[in-house]
Amino acid sequence: MRRRDFINIAAVGFAGVGAVAVVVPLIDQMNPSADVLALASTEVDLSAIQPGQAIKTTFRAQPLFVRHLTDKEIAEADKVDASTLRDPQTLEERTVGGKKQWLVTMGVCTHLGCVPLGAGEGENRGEYGGYFCPCHGSSYDTAARIRKGPAPKNLEVPKFSFTSDTAILVG
Amino acid sequence: MSFPWAEHYAPKHPLMQWVDEKLPLPRLVYNAIGAGYPVPRNLNYFWNFGVLAGVALVIQIVTGVIMAMHYGANDLVAFSTVEQTMRDVNAGWLMRYAHANGASFFFIVVYLHIFRGLFFGSYKAPREMVWLLGLVIFLLMMATAFMGYVLPWGQMSYWGAKVITGLFGAIPVVGEPIQTWLLGGFAPGNASLNRFFSLHFLLPFVIAGVIILHIWALHIPGSSNPTGVEVQGPQDTVPFHPYYTAKDGFGLGVFLICFATMLFFAPNFLGHPDNYIEANPLSTPAHIVPEWYFWPFYAILRAFTVDFFFVPAKLLGVLAMFASILLLFFLPWLDTSPVRSGHYRPVFKKFFIILLIDVAILGYCGGAPAEEPYVMISQIAAAYYFAHFLIVLPLISRFEKPLPLPGSITESVLAKYGKADGEIAAVPAE
Repeated sequence: MRRRDFINIAAVGFAGVGAVAVVVPLIDQMNPSADVLALASTEVDLSAIQPGQAIKTTFRAQPLFVRHLTDKEIAEADKVDASTLRDPQTLEERTVGGKKQWLVTMGVCTHLGCVPLGAGEGENRGEYGGYFCPCHGSSYDTAARIRKGPAPKNLEVPKFSFTSDTAILVG
Repeated sequence: MSFPWAEHYAPKHPLMQWVDEKLPLPRLVYNAIGAGYPVPRNLNYFWNFGVLAGVALVIQIVTGVIMAMHYGANDLVAFSTVEQTMRDVNAGWLMRYAHANGASFFFIVVYLHIFRGLFFGSYKAPREMVWLLGLVIFLLMMATAFMGYVLPWGQMSYWGAKVITGLFGAIPVVGEPIQTWLLGGFAPGNASLNRFFSLHFLLPFVIAGVIILHIWALHIPGSSNPTGVEVQGPQDTVPFHPYYTAKDGFGLGVFLICFATMLFFAPNFLGHPDNYIEANPLSTPAHIVPEWYFWPFYAILRAFTVDFFFVPAKLLGVLAMFASILLLFFLPWLDTSPVRSGHYRPVFKKFFIILLIDVAILGYCGGAPAEEPYVMISQIAAAYYFAHFLIVLPLISRFEKPLPLPGSITESVLAKYGKADGEIAAVPAE
C-alpha cells in the first residue's frame, strides 16, 4: 500500500466514525425524554376500591384498568380450562403475589387499540362479564382474557408489584 | 436535453442579456416551460394533471405557512389554536379549509396523474426514472398528509396517530422500540405532536425538490403522448409556450372552480366530525378511519385476518400495505410490452378498467367499518390488486397482440382530424 492510500483510507475512515458519532444523538433525541420516562411508572392506591369495583387511571399515557374481583368473578375465571382459550393464561398467571382479587390490565384492546368499556359504573361488560370493546365487539372475561371477537390477545398485564397491602407500583 | 429543433433563448433587451451572462435563470425557465421546450402536439387533457399537482403543492405551502403563523405545536394548546384560527384569525377559516381541502385535491390530481401514467405506459423506457421519482413524491405526500392530520389534535388526529404508529409495532422484535422512538413516548403526546409539526413543515419542501428532479428526468426524453409513439421530427411537436401553457391554464381554471365549489359550499364534506372533539387518550371514537385518500391502502391493511404459519395477521396486513406501493417501483420491469399506450393494447385496456374498479372497491371498503361483507370483499379486491401487477400484466405483455401503431404522432393526428379538413392538416396546432 502506498503512503497516500493509507492517508486517504485513514482520513475517510476517521470522518466516517465522526459522522456516525454525530448521527447517534440526532437519532436518539427522538426517544422518550427524561420527563416522559419519569412517568413510566405509576403508583395506584387500592384501599378505596371495593370488591366488584374498577378504576380507570393512566400508565405511560395510556388507560390502565385496576379491578377488585369478587369471589364469584374469581370462581368464574378459574372454572374455565385455560388451554381452550385463544390466548391461554390462568387468572393465577395474570395476577401477582397470589392476590388473585387484584386484576391490573392495560385498557387498550389488543385488536386495534381502542379503549374497552367495563371499568366505569354501569358500562357494558360484554357477555363474559369482563370488558367489552365497542369498536369491533371483542369480549373479555372476568380475568380480561379474550373470549369472543377479533382481538388476538388478552388485555395486557403490565409489570407491577405490591408496595404494601393496599398499594401497587406499575412499571 | 432537448430536441435539436427547439427554439433558442435569445434575449433582446440589454438588461436580459446582462442577466443571462451572469445567471441564466430566465434561460432555464425558457428551456423548461417556455418556447424552448418542444412537446408532442397531441397531448390530451390527462396531461394537465402534473401541472395541477404542482399548483396544489403551492396552495398547500402558502396556506400551510400562513396557518403555522397562528398554530401552537403543543398538546395543551394545539386544538384551541386551530379553533382560534377558525374563529378569530382574519380569514383564518379560509386558510384552514383551503389547506384541508387542498390536501384532498392534491391527492385527486395526483391519483389521476398516476392512472394517466398507468394507462398510457408513461413508466416505460426511457422514462423509468420519471416514474420512480413520482412514486417517491407519492410516498412523501402520504407521510406529510398523515402528520398534518395529527396537528389539530382532535380525536381522529390522536387515534389515527396511534393506529398508524401501531403498524410499526407489528414488526417483530424491533417494532415496539421503533414505535416508541417515532412517538417519543409510549403513546402519542406532546413530543409526537411537536416532531410531526416540524416534519410536516419540512417535507413539502423536500417534495418540491424531488419534483424538480422528476421534471428534470422527464425533460431528458421529453413528454410521452397518447399514442405512445416517440417524437420523430419537428412536425410532431409544438413549443410548450404558448400551446401548453394555454391548455394547462384552461385545466387550471376548471380545477380552481371545482376546488372553490368544495371549499365554499362543502368544506367539511371530506372530514370527520370526531376531529372537532379534542384528543382524549381515554376514549376511542367508535369508528376510526383515515382520510379518504388512504382508504384503498387501509383496506389492504385490514384484509388480513388470519395468521399464516408464524406470521401474525396484523404483520401480514402491514407488509401487504407497504408492498402495495413498493410493488409499483417494479412496474417498468413487470410490464414488458413494447407498446406504451393502452389505446393500442386491447387486452390491457380491459384489465386496466378492472384495476380501476378494483381500486375503487378497495377504497370503498377502506372507509367502511371492519365487518362483513366488507372484510371479504377487501380480501378479494386486495388479492386482485397484487395479481394484476404480478401475474396479469406480465402475462398480457407476453401474449397480447397489439393493434397497429400509427407511423408517427403527426400521422395519428392527421388521421383523426386531417382527412375531414385539409386546412387543419396544414396548420394543425392552431
